[in-house]
Amino acid sequence: MSVTALERPSAAAHLTDEQVEALGAELDAIREEVVASRGERDARYIHAVIRAQRSLEFGGRGILLFAKFPPAWIAGTAALSVAKILENMELGHNILHGQWDWMRDPKIHSTTWDWDHADPAEFWKRSHNYEHHTFTNVRGKDRDLGYTVMRITPEQEWKPSDLIQPLTNVGLSLIFEYGIAMYDMETDKIRSGEKPWSEAKPEVMRTLKKIGKQAAKDYVLFPLLSGPNFVANLTANFTANIVRNVWSHAVIFCGHFPDGTETFEEERLDGETRGQWYIRQMLGSANLTGSKAMHLMTGNLSHQIEHHLFPDLPSNRYSEIAPKVRDICRRYGLPYNAGPLPKQYAKVWKKIIRLAFPGGHERYGSPTPVKKRVTKLGRRSAPARLAA
Amino acid sequence: MSVTTGFGTVGRHVRSLARAFTTPLLPDDVLGTLNPLWSRRAPRAKVVAVRRETADTTTLFLRPGAPYAAHLPGQYAGIGLQIDGIWHWRTYSLTSRPGDPVLQVTVTAVPGGEVSGRLAHHTPVGAVVGIAPAEGEFTSPGGKPLFVTAGSGITPVMGMLRSADPADLRHAVLVHVDRTPAEVVFGPELRELAARTGLRLIEHHTALHGRPTPELLDELVPDRPAREVLACGPAGLLDALTDAWPDVRVERFAPKRAAHMDGTGGTITLSASGVVAEAGPDVPVLVAAEAAGALMPSGCRMGICHTCVGKLTAGAVRDLQTGECHDAADQPGRPVRTCVSAPTGDVTLDL
Repeated sequence: MSVTALERPSAAAHLTDEQVEALGAELDAIREEVVASRGERDARYIHAVIRAQRSLEFGGRGILLFAKFPPAWIAGTAALSVAKILENMELGHNILHGQWDWMRDPKIHSTTWDWDHADPAEFWKRSHNYEHHTFTNVRGKDRDLGYTVMRITPEQEWKPSDLIQPLTNVGLSLIFEYGIAMYDMETDKIRSGEKPWSEAKPEVMRTLKKIGKQAAKDYVLFPLLSGPNFVANLTANFTANIVRNVWSHAVIFCGHFPDGTETFEEERLDGETRGQWYIRQMLGSANLTGSKAMHLMTGNLSHQIEHHLFPDLPSNRYSEIAPKVRDICRRYGLPYNAGPLPKQYAKVWKKIIRLAFPGGHERYGSPTPVKKRVTKLGRRSAPARLAA
Repeated sequence: MSVTTGFGTVGRHVRSLARAFTTPLLPDDVLGTLNPLWSRRAPRAKVVAVRRETADTTTLFLRPGAPYAAHLPGQYAGIGLQIDGIWHWRTYSLTSRPGDPVLQVTVTAVPGGEVSGRLAHHTPVGAVVGIAPAEGEFTSPGGKPLFVTAGSGITPVMGMLRSADPADLRHAVLVHVDRTPAEVVFGPELRELAARTGLRLIEHHTALHGRPTPELLDELVPDRPAREVLACGPAGLLDALTDAWPDVRVERFAPKRAAHMDGTGGTITLSASGVVAEAGPDVPVLVAAEAAGALMPSGCRMGICHTCVGKLTAGAVRDLQTGECHDAADQPGRPVRTCVSAPTGDVTLDL
């Protein structure tokens, strides 16, 4: 199938090869500066977050032993929701990236940490740290583009089942942790037969075991411990899990899907230089603006651009290097996509609704010029350009 | 069923129930967060007293938070210290008696030694340090002993002398080498012990008499061949003794390390999978191991995703990005990213 070139250059098309490598060198320098200055202050930070998170979690659960009393239900659910969000985002996601491995603390290490999440840490590290962070926004390689269940760029071929994707997204938002676990087991490939059951079975069993433990804690053990408050305790835990799911879904969808984030052809990976890799990360990511508390509650994924440039630098440093990265973008004439959460999230929703229907290239088409015949591109094979 | 196994079973059930409440954390993680001293899986000890022994040597009195298995006299314990956020572990001889509730380690600040300097001079009472179980083969002798010690090499022997039955010390000889009498760690205590028990203490001061040779020691202790010789001190002395007396038991503080020769590379051994590979000085462990047929965990292959991390159990690797050297002798089992680490000499990884 041949496709016509889309006459819209990438936002980085004006840069010469030398400029791309100079930009790469500047970013390398930022990285080295942070690596050289990691120390006491950073260690204190992560220990403080861990202490705060555990205090909130067990404090909240303590209050919820009296969940029948409405103020206790509200306070306990709020504390537990915040605790679960911190646990997944500022702690789990970042520690599993190896951001804190440099401390050589076996208790805070990417190889030993597990998180309060349906997805076993090992599977998450494979799909997220490797596939998503290495092949960010490369169509057909980065399965995070729509998570195999949604059409998130117009180059993904439209199917009638995409019509319900706004509903799919609401559902995914509510069950996000289970969605991620299913995604990491590659249930799409299991269904299609691409992944044999013999290979999938141990992963499925491990995930189910993990889900069982998490569910037993939230929906059996703590409710039982609260005695006559059983039902109120259970609904509180359920609510906290939903709050965590909806929030993390919103933050994560704002990281790569708002307007202006680019997606890329697989061919781009051939001989990609360090500088080009950096540019792909910057053009494929979007930041959220907001207060310090907001950044903490997003696990500093509000600094998605900085995180994608330097996935293994400690998260507390992203806000410090953000002005430098922004300045680099300004000097090299590159977009630095950032906005408040409600605005970015609204953009994501508009896109998901628009792309539920065929087309969408005029508004959302990838600006990368397409020159070559496109081979297989994962879930939806070819970027059929229906309109341009 | 005996009472003890009954309690053991109950204890197990209680522990697994507690675990179900804290999953994915362990109850121990929660306790350790409340107070590091309560952790049993990452044991800590509190510094309850500090005694200055000489200008550069300090004894730290440590009360472990978790029950500490009694050591054998002469063994050493790992002491962990967080410096600039990074955990550093070093081993020091235990100078207290086995079973004492307060452990003692005696630390001499090594010139340029980041950890020993910090422990000897800047560790206040109340500080919390990491503590590892006691280890070591350099333990109390069975027969009539001759101890040969130099400088801080007295520390493991002090552990043995303090733990020994005073009646047995009558047959023991200690030759201690130091620059001057004032610099002898535990000097007054050793002299008092000799006077009280009949321990034969020979102090050899290099400021006056130069370095001792095996021949000189044979003159000082004529029945040396009939004795079990235990020696601890600088490498030069120990090398001379092991050359002269094959049966001598020695304890080295600075392990004989393979030289980190740039431009050599080495043999990579993967202990879990049994793969052996050769690699040059600039070939990442990952690449060499894969070429040799190993199924290696790998991800981005550029040092970012940490998918390829493996534990370094022996030897040293160089971080190809920073040029930094990571040595298993400094931190056994230290995780290294195989995609950006090349061997400097022979290495073993748990992969």
